[in-house]
Amino acid sequence: MTRLSNFDKALLNQLQGEIPICSHPFAEMASRLGTDEATVLARLRELKAAGFLRRIGTFFDSNRLGYQGTLVALKVEPSAICAVAEAVNRYPGATHNYEREGAYNLWFTLLTPNAEYESNILAEIRSLSGVVDMLRLKANKKYKINVQFKLQ
Amino acid sequence: MDNLSQLDKKIIRALQEDFPLCEEPYKILAERVGISEEEFLQRIKALVDEKKIRKMGAVLRHREIGFNANALCAWQVPPDKLDETAQIMTTHAAVSHCYDRTPAPNWNYNLYTMIHAKTRDECEKIIGELSSLTGSTDYKILYTKREWKKTGMKYFCE
Repeated sequence: MTRLSNFDKALLNQLQGEIPICSHPFAEMASRLGTDEATVLARLRELKAAGFLRRIGTFFDSNRLGYQGTLVALKVEPSAICAVAEAVNRYPGATHNYEREGAYNLWFTLLTPNAEYESNILAEIRSLSGVVDMLRLKANKKYKINVQFKLQ
Repeated sequence: MDNLSQLDKKIIRALQEDFPLCEEPYKILAERVGISEEEFLQRIKALVDEKKIRKMGAVLRHREIGFNANALCAWQVPPDKLDETAQIMTTHAAVSHCYDRTPAPNWNYNLYTMIHAKTRDECEKIIGELSSLTGSTDYKILYTKREWKKTGMKYFCE
């Protein structure tokens, strides 16, 4: 397992916050960190290969792109959880899918361009074998989305 | 909501793919869209100004960096106290997401927070703090048992 050096932590903290929007963004990051572009790129490739980075790139505001988000909770018979989870995963709009402790044991978020699209998908999922109940929790206001972990 | 042009949709499709780790990443993406790097950068800045892009950046794998106790905490908050309660919760560094959601029949929880901690003890301590800071005592902790999927959305591919 790769151990994170102080340089790595500074690099990852900066990367989580902002990739500069300019012709040479990694050179810009390097100058803030007191190093050069090649060093930053080489280390980022290593950290990515070692699995520290889930995603690098652009994070959109789904509502402003015209999409609606719903959190869906399923009560699934334990013997069916694997098959149901895999079926949910096949929908591109299901972006997060987690097994959780409790009576409602599978929770996923679903992004769709309209309500009809969402209802069709949820009807298909509700009818899967082993799905006992479904909660549909439509997102209203988003107070915070900020998945940043400050590394110290 | 204002409509997105066909060009912006193309740009969004290019941006939602893996960001190239090379000297001129935007140039590569611009070539895929078929426009100049300069125009591409300008459009990205416009999408940021319009708040359609939240950020250019990265998300780490939280388990790899030591966050092993992750929970969705669902709260039951009186509607007139929702804003105030959410504002307090969002100031906590361990809270990554905070959404208000329409509850479902027999499920009256209307505020949802994701909490990330190193241990369950720490996670429960944080939730206790949030509870006493906001006066919200009716909540359910839903620990993550297994991640089945976590990806970025692919927009405009329906």
